Amino acid sequence: MCGTCGCDTITASSEVGQEVPIPRQRRRLELERSLLSRNDARAQHNRSQFQALGLLSLNLLSAPGSGKTALLEQLARRWPQRPIAVVVGDLATDNDARRLRACGARAVQIHTGSLCHLEADLVARAIRRLPLQGVNLLVIENVGNLVCPAAFDLGEQLRLVVLAVGEGEDKPLKYPALFRSADAVLLNKIDLESATGFDRQRALANLRGIAPRAAVFPVSARSGEGLEAVVDWLMAQRPRHAAHP
Amino acid sequence: MHELALMAELQRLAEAALRQQGAQRIHRLRLRLGAVAGVDGEALRLAFAVLVSQATDHSPWRGAVLDLETIQARCFCSNCEQPFSPSDVIHACPRCGQLAGRLLAGRELELASLEVS
Repeated sequence: MCGTCGCDTITASSEVGQEVPIPRQRRRLELERSLLSRNDARAQHNRSQFQALGLLSLNLLSAPGSGKTALLEQLARRWPQRPIAVVVGDLATDNDARRLRACGARAVQIHTGSLCHLEADLVARAIRRLPLQGVNLLVIENVGNLVCPAAFDLGEQLRLVVLAVGEGEDKPLKYPALFRSADAVLLNKIDLESATGFDRQRALANLRGIAPRAAVFPVSARSGEGLEAVVDWLMAQRPRHAAHP
Repeated sequence: MHELALMAELQRLAEAALRQQGAQRIHRLRLRLGAVAGVDGEALRLAFAVLVSQATDHSPWRGAVLDLETIQARCFCSNCEQPFSPSDVIHACPRCGQLAGRLLAGRELELASLEVS
């Protein structure tokens, strides 16, 4: 009864009621189950819900400190149909949700604790805390991280990835899984372009190599430069993704 | 370290299959991992080692072995209408140079099979 080679036995009742040992056989089960299938199903449910509510939903991703929240502050003020709704994921603190509420957005914070990314189930629970009447844009601000969030569908219709100029031109090559999944890339902090010696052409060439279909917008969350183009692009995406006005 | 969250899901899937089969031990698992799935194989191995090291005598995980099968990326060029194996992180077609071939394989993250008793 070593328990590892299959010599272990269990007992079963025979027809005459006697306990007779039968061998517990080692067998192989073909499962072919994705480790993401549960999250993907939940994400699909979220997506249907967003569509039914007439929401355009975005997953906003970047490294920590690239300016996701500052960009959302601009978007919250500029979006034609205010307020926008935001789900903010952070390891700790409510700072981001507070900043966004100050700009007129409806915002809920998810504290992920030690979790380095958002999952569809966390988003589904957060949405229940958000009043969505009169809202047509929902942004899910992911945890600042260019690795872990890439694999987890949240039910968003579009993925926006932020790359700040100080981060280096080769970031898309270093984190291809995340950049490849982008529908749009916001090249942020262009007001610091000369101060950081950023080579925009090289960064754009790297981006095109990894995500050739992604729309690219040079922006400054601080000055607001380039944000109108982002709003226009998002407005143009709405009919394709949101069922109602 | 999203590999820890993925390992928790692997544990859930494997234990559900174990219960369904009325089995008590998990001997081997085969996990299929795509080269561009954004998941680190070594981190997965480490998370699995932690799971097994914490298994008590009565745990189904005691002595379980993880086999990782890596699936290389495979793309399809819409211009050449041919599949190809990308040679670097930029998935350019080796024939025509067109970028972003559709990914046919390489994003797998699947519990392929389980050996139980």
